[in-house]
Amino acid sequence: MIWRKKSPEPPAEAPAPVVPPAALTIDALGRKCPIPIIMLAERVGEVPVGAVISVLADDPAAFTDIPAWCRLKSHQHVESYELPRGGWSIHVRRQY
Amino acid sequence: MAYLDAASTEPLHPAAREALLAALDVGWADPARLYGSARRARLLLDQARAEIAEVLGARPDELSFTTSGTQAVHLGVLGVSQARRRAGRHLVVSAVEHSSVLHAAGVHEGAGGSVQTIGVALSGRVDLPAFAEAVAAEGVAAAALQTANHEVGTLQPVAEAAEACRAAGVPLVVDAAQSAGRLPIPPGWSVLAASAHKWGGPAGVGVLAVRKGTRWRSPYPEDERELRRVPGYENVPAVVAAAAALRARAAESAAENARLSALVDRIRAEVPRRVPDVEVIGDPVDRLPHLVTFSCLYVDGEALLTELDKAGFAVSSGSSCTASTLRPSHVLEAMGVLTHGNVRVSLPRGIPEDDVDRFLTVLPDIVRRVRQRLGVQ
Repeated sequence: MIWRKKSPEPPAEAPAPVVPPAALTIDALGRKCPIPIIMLAERVGEVPVGAVISVLADDPAAFTDIPAWCRLKSHQHVESYELPRGGWSIHVRRQY
Repeated sequence: MAYLDAASTEPLHPAAREALLAALDVGWADPARLYGSARRARLLLDQARAEIAEVLGARPDELSFTTSGTQAVHLGVLGVSQARRRAGRHLVVSAVEHSSVLHAAGVHEGAGGSVQTIGVALSGRVDLPAFAEAVAAEGVAAAALQTANHEVGTLQPVAEAAEACRAAGVPLVVDAAQSAGRLPIPPGWSVLAASAHKWGGPAGVGVLAVRKGTRWRSPYPEDERELRRVPGYENVPAVVAAAAALRARAAESAAENARLSALVDRIRAEVPRRVPDVEVIGDPVDRLPHLVTFSCLYVDGEALLTELDKAGFAVSSGSSCTASTLRPSHVLEAMGVLTHGNVRVSLPRGIPEDDVDRFLTVLPDIVRRVRQRLGVQ
């Protein structure tokens, strides 16, 4: 019973969460950390300041590491939405 | 090879080696028997018990030897929760406990009990008000809190947590594996667990202390050994060596702690100065003297460990790619810090200052090369 923030697999009966739209979606599904974060860092400049980027990732490390990257880089972690097929849509707002 | 992984296991202390060799000759007989060689083994065992009890702040009759720190934790957590079945079935633990605590809690849960996990701050320190509130609730069988975190070195507020447990009448299991032999044991524990190989003793010796008046019942079948707390034949020579190491460490610790702590301060200051995009993790002040952890952005931990090994440095990592589970460390996750590119440096007793300086010299280039391979500028 190692403590985990969230199960990577959403419960079978859970309703699909409503994921708000993002200015840019980065598909990092199937990619292991640190690749999803490298993809995010490379492309954060492609959206205007204040816009939201969605990173699709299913490596459990990304769930912790993308919010940590936001804290270190002074961007905003908006929310992480569980995807119906596993993984998350992790929303990041460009701050500068 | 520069050994920077003392938190996994501390090299055998010379005093322990000497005691082990001597005790193999004179302490081999069965300490439960009544003839001369057996009485000698019993004497050695009880003398070691008294010495270790004194350093750890326990009474000799409170202390039993186990085969590992993990076994001590298992017996501690399951023994108190079993003994307090009628008082409650709820267990309170911090989110950053060693896996031995969390796995024992899992067994408790599997047997129909419940477990509440208390979160930690970014520093890794447990949320004390939440911990105190949780233990004050109805039906709590026991609580568990480590003295110091094994991955990031942050010290936990054990004395304060123990006070909250005492007020609520709840026994507190304290896992002191990372700090025993290095720092004084904080007051207030009901059950204490430690591990000799972490303080420079041999492998295969754990310590389980059950405070007088604490209700405890072994989860194992009955056995007469070790004050009926731990089953199986005692390893008297290893226990004697564990006591010799602990005695030596206690005598050296003031001077050596200050030296190692200054080296850790140097690593904490120099790594972010020399390597871009690094997060040094854990409390900078309330921490173990010998341990520091940092995470490098855009680096995979396995590549970093391999490169450091090639350069002659033994370190460990909490990154997922270095774990058999392919999940990042639950400690780093609970803290909300970067889990990839993670390196734990823990300094053994007597490490030459030069080893640390060489580590600081080679690290920037190694990180740069690993990043380059991943296409990061």
